[in-house]
Amino acid sequence: MYNFDFEKPGTVADAVAALGADEAQALGGGQTLIPTLKQRLASPTVLVSLKGIAEMQGICAGDDGALCIGGATNHATVAAEGGAYPALAATAAHIGDPAVRNRGTIGGSLANNDPSACYPAAALGSGATIVTNTRQIAADDYFQGMFTTALEEGEIITEVRFPVPEKANYQKFVQPASRFALVGVFVAKYADGVRVAITGASNDGVFRWAEAEAALSANFAPDALDGLSLSGDDMISDLHGTGAYRAHLCGVMTKRAVAAAA
Amino acid sequence: MPKDGGIGASSKRREDVRFLTGVGNYTDDIDIHGQAHVFFLRSDVAHGTLNAVDTSAAEAMPGVVKVFTGADFEGVGSIPCGWQVTDKHGEVMQEPAHPVLAQGKVRHVGEPIAAVVAETLEQARDAAETINVDIAELPAVVDMKAALADGAPKVHDDLTSNLCYDWGFVEENKDAVNKAFEEAAHVTSLELVNNRLVANPMEPRVAVGDYSRGTDEHTLFTTSQNPHVIRLLMGAFVLGIPEHKLRVVAPDVGGGFGTKIFHYQEEAFVTFAAKACNRPVKWTSSRTEAFMSDAHGRDHVTKIELALDTDNNFTALRTDTHANMGAYLSTFAPSVPTWLHGTLMAGNYKTPLIYVNVKAVFTNTVPVDAYRGAGRPEATFQLERVVDKAARELGVDPIALRRQNFITEFPYATPVAVEYDTGDYHATMDKLEEMIDLSGFEARRKASEANGKLRGVGVNCYIEACGIAPSNLVGQLGARAGLYESATVRVNATGGLVVMTGSHSHGQGHETSFAQVVAEMIGIDENMVEIVHGDTSKVPMGMGTYGSRSIAVGGSAMVRATEKIINKAKKIASHLLEASESDIELKDGAFSVAGTDKSVAWGDVTLAAYVPHNYPLEDIEPGLEETAFYDPSNFTYPSGAYACEVEVDPDTGKVTIESFAAADDFGNIINPMIVTGQVHGGLAQGIGQALLENCAYDDNGQLLSGSYMDYAMPRADDLPMFDVDHSCQTPCTHNPLGVKGCGEAGAIGSPPAVVNAVVDALRSAGKDVTHIDMPLSPDRVWAAMQ
Repeated sequence: MYNFDFEKPGTVADAVAALGADEAQALGGGQTLIPTLKQRLASPTVLVSLKGIAEMQGICAGDDGALCIGGATNHATVAAEGGAYPALAATAAHIGDPAVRNRGTIGGSLANNDPSACYPAAALGSGATIVTNTRQIAADDYFQGMFTTALEEGEIITEVRFPVPEKANYQKFVQPASRFALVGVFVAKYADGVRVAITGASNDGVFRWAEAEAALSANFAPDALDGLSLSGDDMISDLHGTGAYRAHLCGVMTKRAVAAAA
Repeated sequence: MPKDGGIGASSKRREDVRFLTGVGNYTDDIDIHGQAHVFFLRSDVAHGTLNAVDTSAAEAMPGVVKVFTGADFEGVGSIPCGWQVTDKHGEVMQEPAHPVLAQGKVRHVGEPIAAVVAETLEQARDAAETINVDIAELPAVVDMKAALADGAPKVHDDLTSNLCYDWGFVEENKDAVNKAFEEAAHVTSLELVNNRLVANPMEPRVAVGDYSRGTDEHTLFTTSQNPHVIRLLMGAFVLGIPEHKLRVVAPDVGGGFGTKIFHYQEEAFVTFAAKACNRPVKWTSSRTEAFMSDAHGRDHVTKIELALDTDNNFTALRTDTHANMGAYLSTFAPSVPTWLHGTLMAGNYKTPLIYVNVKAVFTNTVPVDAYRGAGRPEATFQLERVVDKAARELGVDPIALRRQNFITEFPYATPVAVEYDTGDYHATMDKLEEMIDLSGFEARRKASEANGKLRGVGVNCYIEACGIAPSNLVGQLGARAGLYESATVRVNATGGLVVMTGSHSHGQGHETSFAQVVAEMIGIDENMVEIVHGDTSKVPMGMGTYGSRSIAVGGSAMVRATEKIINKAKKIASHLLEASESDIELKDGAFSVAGTDKSVAWGDVTLAAYVPHNYPLEDIEPGLEETAFYDPSNFTYPSGAYACEVEVDPDTGKVTIESFAAADDFGNIINPMIVTGQVHGGLAQGIGQALLENCAYDDNGQLLSGSYMDYAMPRADDLPMFDVDHSCQTPCTHNPLGVKGCGEAGAIGSPPAVVNAVVDALRSAGKDVTHIDMPLSPDRVWAAMQ
């Protein structure tokens, strides 16, 4: 690890100011950033921890019924206190291991946008709103490819607002080594239609499966997906599975998510 | 009634108190005053010419003590290989030099190019980043068959090719074997890969070098399974330090699994640098370094053929294996695919004719050497897979086919040069069948199918050769070491004992089980016996722990030394009791005169030995300390039968192990609980190989599975509760304890059971699958079903 300065501001305003420094880097739970630093693959001059910002912690209900989660809220808290959106709480309960869930934050995960992470599928599949210190970003506009998001330099995710669906479920098929999602499918049924978001599979990061959404919006049943498939051509192909295998798993996991949706 | 101490008791592991409460003394716990730290700059290309290494900027960096490159080691010896194989033409193997730091070329990703010694590790690492390495990258050879093709890039320019040796065994049988195949009623053949593995002990390798200018003595603290072997190899062949000036200490070691047998460059480096810098020098491997510098395991590609007659008797076996050596010859690498593999190809069967061909190949990958089982898992896997395939082809029950061909009379001389002393393969198979409820399998299969899952059962046998090994025999086979073991038993005046054993415990529980043996022999409490190991300044020259040899060879040495102690103590007792020595009996820690009530306690005898006021000084010396060296007359041959039941999710290819049963014959058993634990650990590693673990390189020699993000280790939830039995016991006939060894069995016996079970499951769904290469990861199983 290279040397860096460390700041732990108590307010979003102070964090924004601290992130204005040259080569400053926001630190959420550090579940990706700290290993990266230890491998000397990043060299920020100052790390700005967001953990001390009280206004970014915790879960509440929004006026519109959405579940609002502070950007610095860890996965264990979402798992324990996110009961108003059971599928989201269950998703959080199965991210990584207990150590990861007690450190990692929802803002950190969404800002990093790892192509195999779980939260991007939950956020995109729920049509969540990513609230930052400067604006509100619809999930459909937020995810822009592997490790790429709509966030500007120094912009902080202060809150994520999840509209609560009628039914939802997340199905994760784990990569055997890392236990990240080899393919993870989040299905959510809202009054105005069904959303299907898939993580782990695509070279472009999390994505929505439009054909499946259309079919499920017409008939929310596993059978509705019969005959639908995705091409593996643009999917990740690596030691743990070809693109064709991942494409196949997208279908299997979507069906399972529909069957399990509650 | 279970015993509460001595041989056969499940005594609690005394070492766990320190291991489990954080008070162990591992090598990384050793910090010496004035110590500096080394960081190795390792090659990030697999093959290249090293044009220049400019360290000038690094030398000027803060905290840097000294920077080393290959040039600093020009007068230093090569890291030696401990086994020379002679090929089928009578030629010795090709044996390349193996420098401490790369000289002229780099040959695998992870090979150390330069080393920075600095006040802190971070300073050393900072400085290493300023070293300018000019490497002209060369095409890498990774695939073994490609490495042997005409015009392939050569890993070692001074060798004639990438072929280390082409070994034929038994060469004289080759024509007869071929003839048997021509005459066979049925031939089953199978091509398979035995996947490359990374050992991944919980504790990474660590080495601390220290040097005393005052006495010219070197000390190396290292994570080794055999400190005396390291002292001999490094002192005599690499650094030219006489053994009396070199102490090697391997304190608590957190798992080895073979990969800590070998002498590594980092050990030689810290020992050399400690003198060059006049500072203690410490290296602790990161996990990333471990993946690219610990010797890997397995990595065989094999074609095996089994010939059968019209009655389904095995008539001949023929194999053709390519074995990956990696870029250099690790300490015992040449022996693994040859003498530890070819000699086991008979397995549990009376196949009369066997021919094994092994081509060992250099590639631009990390060196490959022994890993839990070492050669025997590779032999077992191919044999038990081809037997299973033969049963399917012939439409016969795989267990019945095995039973029909079992060896039943002992001793049995195989056609591959070894003689099994004892065994009862029907007994372990009977026990296994008792354990697994085969009659209920169809009902379980139907229940799985009702859940949309496929269910399969796989059975296999195994035999292994442990208790390595008769020195005169292995000497003829090319070993450059003797493979005896040593023990010194030192009795203290008040009756307690210290046993200094040449075996080395790195998790096996020797401190408990060895003490049980000595306590039983004398009839005293186990807690009166202390086991000391792992320090060349305390223990007589010993060969260490690997190949499930510790209780069979190290335990036997300890028995012989204890027998000497008892004999001398009887002399003392006969003096004290004023009786004839031949009338003295030792029982429950007291010496008595046969047929009388006269007796003297163990402690009174030991006290007399050191306070010899009333003592037969004219006949024997005072004191009570004896040493024995034990050289076995044969290997030991543990055997067993294993069964695995799996469920396969046909939609995803995911395999779940529903049950796993192991019926082993380890001969006599010292501590059943420890034996069970050893089997559990071996099963976890074998199942890990079968389902999860895969060390993969790309075509350029880049390690694709260089961390736990991509290298899948077995975890508790990947494994079922194991059903383990070792009640079938045919004691070894040639060692005093009648023991065979149990450390590797689980890893040897389990992979074929898993693969046999998965193939069975897929075939139950009508899939024409005969084999899937390990690991049977979901993507591979799914692909096999398409």
